[in-house]
Amino acid sequence: MMIETLQQLLPGFLTPCVNWLAQSGEGVFGSLWPDIVTLVWTVVKVMLIIAPLLGAVAYATFAERKVIGWMQARIGPNRVGPWGLFQPLADGVKVFLKEIVIPAHADKAVYLLAPVFSFAPALIACAVIPFDDFLVLADIDASLLFVMSVTSVSVYGIILAGWAPNSKYAFFGAMRSAAQMISYEVPMGLALVVVLMVSGSLNLVDIVQGQGRGTFAGMGLKFLSWNWLPLWPMFIVYVASVFAECNRAPFDLAEGESEIIGFHVEYSGMAFAVFQLAEYGAMLMGCTLVSLLFLGGWLSPVSFLPDGILWLLVKIFGVLVLFYWVRATFPRYRYDQVMRLGWKVFIPVCLIWLAVVACWMLSPWNIWK
Amino acid sequence: MGSMKEMFNSLLLKELFKGLSVTGRYAFARKVTVRYPEEKTPQGFRFRGLHALRRHASGEERCIACKLCEAVCPAMAIDIEMGEREDGSRRTTRYDIDMNKCIFCGFCEEACPVGAIVLTRVFESHGERQSDLYYTKPMLLANGDRHEAQIAADEAADAKYR
Repeated sequence: MMIETLQQLLPGFLTPCVNWLAQSGEGVFGSLWPDIVTLVWTVVKVMLIIAPLLGAVAYATFAERKVIGWMQARIGPNRVGPWGLFQPLADGVKVFLKEIVIPAHADKAVYLLAPVFSFAPALIACAVIPFDDFLVLADIDASLLFVMSVTSVSVYGIILAGWAPNSKYAFFGAMRSAAQMISYEVPMGLALVVVLMVSGSLNLVDIVQGQGRGTFAGMGLKFLSWNWLPLWPMFIVYVASVFAECNRAPFDLAEGESEIIGFHVEYSGMAFAVFQLAEYGAMLMGCTLVSLLFLGGWLSPVSFLPDGILWLLVKIFGVLVLFYWVRATFPRYRYDQVMRLGWKVFIPVCLIWLAVVACWMLSPWNIWK
Repeated sequence: MGSMKEMFNSLLLKELFKGLSVTGRYAFARKVTVRYPEEKTPQGFRFRGLHALRRHASGEERCIACKLCEAVCPAMAIDIEMGEREDGSRRTTRYDIDMNKCIFCGFCEEACPVGAIVLTRVFESHGERQSDLYYTKPMLLANGDRHEAQIAADEAADAKYR
């Protein structure tokens, strides 16, 4: 598999090298060789997804500072490199040079594991994200379910981060954040149920392709067939739940810079930076899911333009800017307001819309056939 | 009926979109940031920066050691000792301003009857140690010599309001 792909990808004069690699590998490792090839090939593919994601995370922080700066009539970071483009590198160097202070009574192993726990889910979920009809690392049938369950694990990162340093403030913060994240998973899940119902599949590729069909798509206006319009309330609920799930403004009381103590008070240096990376990683994952589930993924908005990964990237960036925009606009919710919105507004709206869509699908005006 | 209308407004996120439109407009508005080392904010002719001791056109120092500035200084940053010079005139033998204490209120300039102590437009002075910010008489006179043209222009600009 890897050998053939390499022969296709690399220029012709390297073919003897590839053949030599294949033969000598077989000579050295014997019957283990195919397994080794598979392993190396998988690692390469994983790297091809993770490396751009890490770069995107770094530049998501930069884009946030720029966009929010513009919205506050400032110009944002512009000192490091042209237009401040090397700012994330400078931040990275700074954070690496900072000391990681481990509290005396902390459970060291858990303390250091917690940031990993909160960052890993975003990376793992990448495995099933399709970038176009065929470009997906693991095309499994229940990919939506996989994403849901894997991203839920990040709650453990928060709980452990609150518990491990043996500090009551971190613990309070962790309790708040965990309760918030778990609460918002319910409306998020219900919104997904509606999407699931209209597309009839848990496979993300099928869900995206299903959005390319319908009355408006037949007229050439594909973007009106995407789920955001017919499922508008679910779209709003889902986007807001993603905000809450990522602990982003206006639901960012986990970290509320100026006034509240969050779950990561006891973290410093790189350990703290990993929490930041986790936040932005989860954010990118949330944006990707919104693009895939509601905004037609890699489908082009009108039928005379070709579909492709570029559309997906544009949509992800658009949703990301919406995150920044919302952060620059709205004041933070109080904790009880967050809970009230989740349980008393979003869940009833979801349940009602679930029933409405169910009736709609059984009626003669069903647009999803 | 009013509550129905309110509910519809909140369901349609009317207020949220209003708020977003405000910040959205600001994203393309003129930026007010001053890129400091390259650009500087404008200064008025009454700008109160680093102190200077002025001289007359003849080169004679203006200060007559009346100590009004020392008396008026609310931060007690000015320290003056006076004595008689060889020609019999009363002069300061020490004139120190501790910039660590100074609050740049400009009262010394207001109090001075001969226009000797003035505040210049220099605001980028710094010191690496506290002692660097202790300005003595020769330093203040040197400041005055260095910025005399600007000081005279600012005084002329201010004169018609006095």
